[in-house]
Amino acid sequence: MASKKFLYVNRKAPHGSIYALESLEVVLIGAAFEQEVTLAFIDDGVYQLLKNQDSSAIGSKNFSPTYRALGDYDVNQIYVERESLELRGLTKEDLMPLTWEDEDDDWAEKDSIHVVSSAELAEVIEQQDVLLNF
Amino acid sequence: MKFSIMVNEGPYTHQASDSAYHFTAAALKAGHEIVRVFFYHDGVNNGTRLSIPPQDDRNVCTRWSELGQQHELELILCVAAAQRRGLLDEDEAKRAGKNSDNIAPGFEISGLGQLIDAGIQADRLVVFGD
Repeated sequence: MASKKFLYVNRKAPHGSIYALESLEVVLIGAAFEQEVTLAFIDDGVYQLLKNQDSSAIGSKNFSPTYRALGDYDVNQIYVERESLELRGLTKEDLMPLTWEDEDDDWAEKDSIHVVSSAELAEVIEQQDVLLNF
Repeated sequence: MKFSIMVNEGPYTHQASDSAYHFTAAALKAGHEIVRVFFYHDGVNNGTRLSIPPQDDRNVCTRWSELGQQHELELILCVAAAQRRGLLDEDEAKRAGKNSDNIAPGFEISGLGQLIDAGIQADRLVVFGD
């Protein structure tokens, strides 16, 4: 099977609409297809990665722990747009730690999250074959 | 060129499904190949056969159904999205103990793998949503 570069762009808050949850479902299924997978979080999408989420008061499922499984699915290229964080008064410290184990480096635990400028993110987007926006 | 189409909104509320339909019909008319049309999020609602729009308006659901049958298109509803929203084929209805199914002729229920595969097979995956 041909290998392509898939980029999932997440632009919406985790709750308020179902796009974030159903995006994550595509990412997890897509990971089984042995394609190159990259995730980007921009605009309100950066809220999807906030740590200590609690959605019990709105009665919606808190699916945020699932992001921590991404490393086990070899999804370890996660880009977060710096401008989107700054506009919302957030820093990387507000995000949950997402890591992966590099089997080529004695299973060293490495950071999956890269905070990049919008110009750097544009370069990442430029390199992709298939782009899915959620 | 080989196109795959993704439809992420239901009928009528947004124009996405109309635009996707017109794009698909135009691409076929121009001699392009449609690998698959994949319906996700509220887009699965395009696959109901129980929609009854006013007679002086277009029937978004029937239109997809007819285009699909006419050109033997794969019209795929995502199973997870469809189950959440009550779109069932005969097998799903039976399995879930429901007394009715509601998907239109030409549509099929299948998994998200069909979306990934659509992205791999096509030269372009064109996404319609809001």
